[in-house]
Amino acid sequence: MAVYRRNYRPYSGAQTAEWSRFLVLFRYSRRNLFRSKIQTGFFVLCFFYPIACLVMIYLAHSASFLAKLGVPSQLISIDNMFFFRYMSVQGVLAFLMTAFAGPGLISPDLANGALPLYFCRPFSRAEYVLGKSSVLGILLSQITWIPGLVLFTIQGSFAGASWTWNNLWIAGSLVVASLIWIAILSLLAMALSAWVKWRIVAGALLLAVMFFGAGFAQAINAVMHTDSGHFVDVAYLMAAVWIGLFKVDAENSITAFPALIALLVYCSFCLWLLMRKVRAYEVIR
Amino acid sequence: MTQPGAPVSESRNSLTGAPSVPLIELNGLTVRFGDRDILRGLTASLRGRAIGLLGPNGAGKSTLINTLLGFYKPVGGSAKVFGQDIGTNLRNIRSLVGYMPENDAFISKMNAVSFVRMMGELSGLPSRVALERAHEALFYVGLAEARYRQLGTYSLGMKQLAKLAQAIVHGPKLLILDEPTNGLDPSARQRMVRMVREIRDSREMRIVLCSHLLRDVEDTCDEVLILKQGQIAHYSDLDEERRSNKRFVELEIYGANGDFTAAIEKLGCECAVAANRMKMVLADGIETRDIFRIAAEQQVRIRRLNFRRDTLEDIFLKAMES
Repeated sequence: MAVYRRNYRPYSGAQTAEWSRFLVLFRYSRRNLFRSKIQTGFFVLCFFYPIACLVMIYLAHSASFLAKLGVPSQLISIDNMFFFRYMSVQGVLAFLMTAFAGPGLISPDLANGALPLYFCRPFSRAEYVLGKSSVLGILLSQITWIPGLVLFTIQGSFAGASWTWNNLWIAGSLVVASLIWIAILSLLAMALSAWVKWRIVAGALLLAVMFFGAGFAQAINAVMHTDSGHFVDVAYLMAAVWIGLFKVDAENSITAFPALIALLVYCSFCLWLLMRKVRAYEVIR
Repeated sequence: MTQPGAPVSESRNSLTGAPSVPLIELNGLTVRFGDRDILRGLTASLRGRAIGLLGPNGAGKSTLINTLLGFYKPVGGSAKVFGQDIGTNLRNIRSLVGYMPENDAFISKMNAVSFVRMMGELSGLPSRVALERAHEALFYVGLAEARYRQLGTYSLGMKQLAKLAQAIVHGPKLLILDEPTNGLDPSARQRMVRMVREIRDSREMRIVLCSHLLRDVEDTCDEVLILKQGQIAHYSDLDEERRSNKRFVELEIYGANGDFTAAIEKLGCECAVAANRMKMVLADGIETRDIFRIAAEQQVRIRRLNFRRDTLEDIFLKAMES
């Protein structure tokens, strides 16, 4: 390494492809994220439930072992309800992961005025948002649909081709349900952290949106004698979409389609807020 | 991997000798925030190696820089950098530019090497090259010993140097410095000015320096654009100014009479005499030794001879008064 060179020298060598520059941001942000031992520990914890599911799938196909334990083999059935439960547990963990990791992605850049340094380069705001959101996107994928598909594949290998073929829609539901949840969580976390520019407050706000949103929805429903209050409860909307996607018999006052539209509206609003806040300099009019 | 595109080599050619393409070309550039006009129809063609942007606070210096970088959209007129329009070739322009902003701009949880390396990579340097050049840039600006420290622990002067390092890491053709000596103590300021001069003299980079400190601009720039209330108050080629000042002479004389003045005027010089002081503009081909010769012939004692020079402060104050 030519660190002994003290003179300025120009650069005329090769350059990386422009489309790949957002990956630089992804790489550095992810490295920063995993510097925290708590983060790494929680990431590992997120795999406990998929491992438990794996054991359950194994047990469901080991009738002799269950017989030895005295457990009826019908007790464990691997079906859409099994994967819905898996999605619900991993969804909560994904939310907690987002509350921990999401706000730290953008707020330090805004708080330290680093955005002009990004945008004075051949690097757009869209690439910035893409680079930052891909950190959460890949992190949350690793704990939701990727292990889900692994479980589905293992179940398929045990249950045979006909089960796999008949239940292939469950794999699709796993991916779609996860991607919608990841999109809403990522955008919400980044928009809130861009708005308040303070990591801790952004984390608290994200928790508030989820928990107070549910309380607020109940209050609206009680006061106005309606079910429309649930439209301010993001978790309820997501559950409605999941129920529809996994074809689960569960009570829900909102059907999947209006819930999906409402979530898309939330995503659009977050994106708008994000693009408004993520600028080199804010113009005071 | 791609090779740097045509615009880079084009601009490189323009760096050698007299540039055929102006560094910055403004054509009625107007920028408005809400109903306030911040820049009002700026028109100029700047070709210098180091261009100073001067003006009082709120004159529009930083807005002009930010508009050239595409942070603000003009509502009227156009601007070109290295002959490329900011409206259509912004990405190309940005790949040629290194920018050191005025305010604090860093990532507190990163050390200087990672920070400068990341900025290099975002500008298109391959990862290994970016690491090597990050070290070099930090050595160059004088942060070698502190390069593994987190940026959040840096003093203000060190943060300024780190900002300079990130601005030059990718080898830009144009370095834009917005108040680079802000908040620096005198010795740190001197170092920063010396470094800017070195970069200018290396001829590898053109510089746009925005400051309200006249001395910084005078020490580093060869062209000055003075802004006032969003308009160009004055444009000055300092090199030209310095050369022309060589013709403007002030004398303190004793024992002179009308013959001395007449003899000087006979040489084609313009003169103005007040008491024992004489101001003159030397005619072409006339040197100071001709003045001394006539003074000796007329037995006039010359006690002092100064080349009268408008300082940048004089130029600035005149521009502000106009």
